Amino acid sequence: MSDSGAERAPKGALGARNTDTVEVAAATPEAEQPFKELGLTDDEYAKVRQILGRRPTAAELALYSVMWSEHCSYKSSKVHLRNLAPRGAQAGRLLAGIGANAGVVDIGQGYAVTFKIESHNHPSFVEPHQGAATGVGGIVRDILAMGARPVAVMDALRFGPADAHDTARVLPGVVSGISFYGNCLGLPNIGGELSFDPCYAGNPLVNALCVGVMRHADLKAAVASGPGNQVVLFGSRTGPDGVGGASVLASATFAGDAGDGRAAAKRPSVQVGDPFMEKLLIECCLELFAGDLVEGIQDLGAAGVACATTELAAGGGPQVGMRVDLDLVPLRDPSLTPAEILMSESQERMMAIVTPGKAGEFAAVCAKWDVEATVIGEVTGDGLLTMTWRGGTVVSIPPQTAADGPVYSRPLARPSAQDELAADGPAMPRPDGGAALRQALLALLGSPDLADKAWVTQQYDAIVRGNTVLAMPEDGGLLRVDEDTHLGIALATDGNGRYCRLDPYLGTQLALAEAYRNVAMTGARPMAVTNCLNFGSPEDPGVMWQLAEAVRGLAAGCATLGIPVTGGNVSLYNQTGQVAIHPTPVIGVLGVHDDVRRRVCAGFGADGATIIVLGETRDELGGSAWAHVAHGHLGGTPPAVDLAAEQRLGELIVAAAAAGLLASAHDLSDGGLAIAVAESCLRGGNGCSIALDGVSPQAFTALFSESAGRAVVTVRPEQAAEFVALAHSHDVPAAAIGTVTGDSLQVHGQFDIPLDELAAVWQGTLPALFG
Amino acid sequence: MTFPGSLDDQDAARAVRYAGAEPVPLWHADRDLRGVDAVILPGGFSYGDYLRCGAIARFSPVMGSLVPAARAGLPVLGICNGFQILCEAHLLPGALTRNAALRFIHRDVRLDVVNAGTAWTSGYAAGQSLTVPLKSGEGAYAADPETLDELERAGRVVVRYAQAAPNGSARDIAGICSAEGNIVGLMPHPEHAIDPLTGPSADGLGFFTSIVGAFAGAGAAR
Repeated sequence: MSDSGAERAPKGALGARNTDTVEVAAATPEAEQPFKELGLTDDEYAKVRQILGRRPTAAELALYSVMWSEHCSYKSSKVHLRNLAPRGAQAGRLLAGIGANAGVVDIGQGYAVTFKIESHNHPSFVEPHQGAATGVGGIVRDILAMGARPVAVMDALRFGPADAHDTARVLPGVVSGISFYGNCLGLPNIGGELSFDPCYAGNPLVNALCVGVMRHADLKAAVASGPGNQVVLFGSRTGPDGVGGASVLASATFAGDAGDGRAAAKRPSVQVGDPFMEKLLIECCLELFAGDLVEGIQDLGAAGVACATTELAAGGGPQVGMRVDLDLVPLRDPSLTPAEILMSESQERMMAIVTPGKAGEFAAVCAKWDVEATVIGEVTGDGLLTMTWRGGTVVSIPPQTAADGPVYSRPLARPSAQDELAADGPAMPRPDGGAALRQALLALLGSPDLADKAWVTQQYDAIVRGNTVLAMPEDGGLLRVDEDTHLGIALATDGNGRYCRLDPYLGTQLALAEAYRNVAMTGARPMAVTNCLNFGSPEDPGVMWQLAEAVRGLAAGCATLGIPVTGGNVSLYNQTGQVAIHPTPVIGVLGVHDDVRRRVCAGFGADGATIIVLGETRDELGGSAWAHVAHGHLGGTPPAVDLAAEQRLGELIVAAAAAGLLASAHDLSDGGLAIAVAESCLRGGNGCSIALDGVSPQAFTALFSESAGRAVVTVRPEQAAEFVALAHSHDVPAAAIGTVTGDSLQVHGQFDIPLDELAAVWQGTLPALFG
Repeated sequence: MTFPGSLDDQDAARAVRYAGAEPVPLWHADRDLRGVDAVILPGGFSYGDYLRCGAIARFSPVMGSLVPAARAGLPVLGICNGFQILCEAHLLPGALTRNAALRFIHRDVRLDVVNAGTAWTSGYAAGQSLTVPLKSGEGAYAADPETLDELERAGRVVVRYAQAAPNGSARDIAGICSAEGNIVGLMPHPEHAIDPLTGPSADGLGFFTSIVGAFAGAGAAR
């Protein structure tokens, strides 16, 4: 699909003066239709005509084009995503899984948690502030639609080089958008990621996660049922914003580069957010749920009314249909055509199925919250989705045909360059001697990926609602769920595009392992997985191979860990011209904390505590932060993955936290032990004195290797023996390497860095770049 | 008190509970103050901060009851957006403007208690240092020099940022009170510092125990 076609589509295709009704369509089979501009292929258009037995009306064409877009239909990825379906014991705690708006997990004590991560990459490049803001808004409504109260958000962000001109436009805009929307919504932002790489320069990644909590009985379904029940549209009015956003922005490649004007020309496809309305919508919905006033509910996101009506009707089963009068949809712009009404992605809207007997109560709750609610149709028993506009029938389709969409087994092929990449292990000269190692540590600590993220996180409210126990910069976010029993949930997201570029299968498992480890570091038991798969164009066999490998790695990893994937999101066409981003699956892990009072922090807070490194350190620097920062090098193989060892490490930390043995715990990942220890010193405000020979005979390897399955913990000296015994019983290697002491990071025989110097390097980077 | 867009209302209610009193929810559209002994206007973005922070909430029906009650001595605490509403309602002088750096700021700040004689700070000692979160985009206190001089002269500066105000507040003022001391407004959030589990300290609890103590004392005296 060409860019120019996408821009032309709304006017040429949808501005027809005379209504294109079903009767007109049947009588004019040869009328030319702009299906290509709307993103449908010749085959797909032929399929629509075959389903309907005639050509589609303009409104039907719009509906099928958005429903069958990559973003809404997952047509390229579905064949692979099937591998993620939980099997056997994995599904044990799932109350709702893949296919629902978001997966729902039983966390005990009658509580259920729903969480999901979703991309808003393309809109955030075009208009960073609103693109990121509405990304938060959209995922929050997904969680709300499950019947849960949204309780926190997180965001995983990736940009082009930190010092690139366009990053200075995109990053502050994205952060201000998340800050503006999330803060005003009253949801704490408890963590996420921020990293930089040239591959994201024309295609930043903005992945937003939301988590919600409910009682088991509150679970809602996106299902229309009961002929005669009312279809109610409530929330904001429908306007021309975001018409075709999903099909235009998220389902095709940007042909242009940043700054040449093409991005600007797409601005009308980006939605505009109103977090105040969303806050009212949340409280309104929760009061509707509490009063048992809805039979089914669906949020309006990508593809707006088209998607909500289609999915609700299709969800009801083959007998269920829906009749909608588009004249009743409250509009901000009365000139909208039926097709535009269907495609509009105006924010802060929901659709509910309500029995006539409860309509009065429903309206009263909406009125209390100043939320406009309009009955636009009713559920029928004829199995058809029918829509009328100004007296004519403009849509008459079997809803399942639009909801299902095509499924493609696109060609995939391992790129031949993979072998060269794997053979190009980091053979660069390594720093040798104390002064060089000291310099290498400081260079890594001050690099944008590893530097202090306070410039970003200080713009987020992390504490509203009063249940935030841990938030960034801790390894995982931790929320209290019950004030009396101290039950809580932990969350972390991780991804590493460099590892995945080298090996998408292992890279995805490493992301899974890191998120799993981060959740365990808080003292929580990892329990479920969500994912956001950010890849290039599915029309590139090499990209499809990356996607297939990543999904295969995730499925196998989750099976080994015994935890289910509960849902997720796929974002394709993340590329500029022919150049795709690094394959970047972002993995979110949810854990359950039995007693949040026993949470574990990452900082060295206890003076005199014994520092212990857990896990095995090998010489693994392929795709490492050191190779990237010191040499701009990407090659070799990523660290080995041993998920059974990750599981043992996680179980050890959880057991030790419950027994009160841990003064701190911090996972080892990017930058290895050097960065982990520096961060723990800075967060705890204490120095340390360590020796490296217990970690690796090579000081460089001990400091900068990124072997997975490791953590650095501190234990009070009198509890050290008990902890080490516990580690042995979990079959986790444990090496005491030193003590928390003083006000410098001291490595025996190598170097000594005062905390003030570490802090200045760590904290100075982002403010120097972004003001 | 909950306005549309109030966000820290349940946090304020929790702080009241921690202080040993019963929180009573009040609703913006309801003129009835339900016989409460004191009112807290919580943080948030009432009416989406449209027009100006607090500018619309100030015209809520409930404010028609609250303003005369406060003028007659009802203790009122405005936190963050609540402080903005109190200024818009002219129960407190001055205004809150955009942070100097034009960005939302969330961080823990140290406050010095300047006036420990108000209904909301009597449990503190003058000069006491508190660590409490600040989280706001429009938290820079501003007033004309005469008003600032008068606030300082009359001891109506209640809390001050111990280090330079991160938001550019005039004279590092973090909170002020009415001439009678029953109405207090501040930008930092004491209700988020009532338990070290979920906040940086429990230093903020004193605002709530102060007012509860005042009524407990009054009850005993009767």
